[in-house]
Amino acid sequence: MSVTSEAEAIRTTSAARPRARWTRNISAKIAALPMIATALVIFVGGTIWTVVYSFTDSKLLPRTRWVGLDQYERLWDTNRWVVSIENLFFYGVMSLIFTVVMGFILAVLMDQKIRYEDTFRTIMLYPFALSFIVTGLVWQWILNPQFGIQGVVRDMGWTSFTFDPLNNPQTVLYGLLIAGLWQGTGFVMCLMLAGLRGIDEDIWKATRVDGIPTWKTYVVVIIPMMRPVFITTLVIVASGIIRLYDLVVAMTSGGPGGNASQVPAMYVYDYMFQAQNLGQGFAASTMMLLSVLIVLIPWAYLEFGGKKHG
Amino acid sequence: MKLSKMTALLAMSVAMPAAATELEVTHWWTSGGEAAAVAELAKAFDASGDKWVDGAIAGGGGTARPIMISRITGGDPMGATQFNHGQQALELVEAGLMLDLTDVAEANNWKEVVYPPSLLDACTVDGKIFCAPVNIHSPEWLWLSNKVYEDLGLPVPTNWDEFVASAPAVRDAGKLPLALGDQPWQSNLAFGAMQIAVAGLDAWKAVNVDKNMDVAAGPEYAKVFEAAAAARELAKGSAVQDWNQATNLVITDQAAGQIMGDWAQGEFQVANEVAGTDYTCLPGLGLNEYISTGGDAFYFPKLNDPDKEAAQKRLAAQLVSPDVQVAFNLKKGSLPIRGDIDLSAANDCMKKGLEILAGGNIVPSGDMVWSPDVQKQNEDLMVEFWKSDMPAADAHAKWVANLKTGL
Repeated sequence: MSVTSEAEAIRTTSAARPRARWTRNISAKIAALPMIATALVIFVGGTIWTVVYSFTDSKLLPRTRWVGLDQYERLWDTNRWVVSIENLFFYGVMSLIFTVVMGFILAVLMDQKIRYEDTFRTIMLYPFALSFIVTGLVWQWILNPQFGIQGVVRDMGWTSFTFDPLNNPQTVLYGLLIAGLWQGTGFVMCLMLAGLRGIDEDIWKATRVDGIPTWKTYVVVIIPMMRPVFITTLVIVASGIIRLYDLVVAMTSGGPGGNASQVPAMYVYDYMFQAQNLGQGFAASTMMLLSVLIVLIPWAYLEFGGKKHG
Repeated sequence: MKLSKMTALLAMSVAMPAAATELEVTHWWTSGGEAAAVAELAKAFDASGDKWVDGAIAGGGGTARPIMISRITGGDPMGATQFNHGQQALELVEAGLMLDLTDVAEANNWKEVVYPPSLLDACTVDGKIFCAPVNIHSPEWLWLSNKVYEDLGLPVPTNWDEFVASAPAVRDAGKLPLALGDQPWQSNLAFGAMQIAVAGLDAWKAVNVDKNMDVAAGPEYAKVFEAAAAARELAKGSAVQDWNQATNLVITDQAAGQIMGDWAQGEFQVANEVAGTDYTCLPGLGLNEYISTGGDAFYFPKLNDPDKEAAQKRLAAQLVSPDVQVAFNLKKGSLPIRGDIDLSAANDCMKKGLEILAGGNIVPSGDMVWSPDVQKQNEDLMVEFWKSDMPAADAHAKWVANLKTGL
């Protein structure tokens, strides 16, 4: 793809020129310094600070009274936290599978040289322009039993119709999933579409000459060729899932039944600010960071480590 | 013409602050009745020559407090801010971020007039006073719909036991015996009210004031948990989120009762219901007529500006003054923090509260005796307990463990 070929180009020129790498584009590097400093101080520094203070008993204000792993022990003894992790795992797996599958299928349909493609693309991508808070509020109303889908269908005469996912602890995660998919699928579709457009026309011609059916071409040829796009999509979607917060706040605030739709980010916020227990909140956010790293490190290894694939 | 008018307006707007000292006041009073009550405070402050800049934060205390705290700790303090008196602002005071009001308190004789004295104690850290209490709210009330019982041909219950006994008849009539919203603090509030009603005053004090964990794990509290486990059966089927939606179920006679704080009567008033005929209120659930004296207080962050500091002290004195207390509390539906003022305009339920207050049947609120950390853990536990089938004994053990983190 274009990014890799550019990288290739840079690599070859640098090999051709004997000058030291760091003196090239010196002005660009100076211009990047503030951003590098911000990244180091704010992101890396803030992260280290958070991890360090998660080993203290800080309450409203941070203080360095060390308590070892106490905060982590309490965290994993707390039922709400364990339930949050389970909820997030379920939501994450479902959302990952459905956004990628649906996004890919939509992109394939979009790629059939259809009419009004721009219009469809715009419609599909529009939900992504809305924040999770707005998405959540909209879907909270749509799924509201009195005013939403259930109410409308009942008004049309089917009075026994029941569709009330948000007030039932067993189904509330599916309700969240509907809203999450509505918001996120369009974006995945666009990524996939870009990937599909990057496939050389000649490949299609070659498979047609060989008489391979279209569906088989997708499965056997196109999808393996789109590996980098899939990996990027997975990472973007997965990191979005781990910090899932605003959608839940807007739709259910963790309920019904107390913690049927709790997620880890809500635990972090509640304990840092409402309970005025920074140490506990830091411990929980460190666990969230760990889970992000579990997603990111294999990706970084695949993308940047094994160069022979690129 | 237009331009000159605009310049004049501009000049005025620039000139105004020079005459009066502006103080930004943050609070989370945003419902209809609450906003009307705040307007009384602002009116009084403006009338005395200063300027009240309203900083209302919507979404309740849980949303507002983090914003207030991060503004104070982040170096952008407001002129004054609401907290529930107790431990919510304790660390801010200990960190030296709050203005010492001891001289105002002495000049206005707060020690004598503030009743009950525990309100002022909750403002006191190391012998210095750091907040001005403005009202008392108590959560231990049972609200009943008279019509539900009339329709069933039953007498309106006069205490919790009768209420529980009447519940099967209510359920058979297709109505909800007990309305309970889904938010965690509501389950915790219901449990708190049952604590003092079922366990009695001595056990309550031993646990919450003397922090005796043996009593907390003992048989009196096991009874409370069993009563709560029975109560959650009565609350099965109330699919509402907010407390006022649950109150609305009682107002519209879909539910027989609700355990909620005295702020619920604002909702009954707005619906034009009359205490005694349309609805009944039972403080202390009708068993032990004790109310806890939680409520709101204003804290004043240090500003390093002598003019503003003087204005902060003027505001503090004014909040406790008799005129402001009457005007504010009548609108708010809460009880005043001084016993020497006339509240004859109060309604029946408020008068019941005033009587209990005058009789001295009062206990400190949860915010005063436990840290926010313990409160939050108990909220999480209670909402799970009330909304699931968790055995009473399990919840009891977890509850004691939660309390122990706050010792």
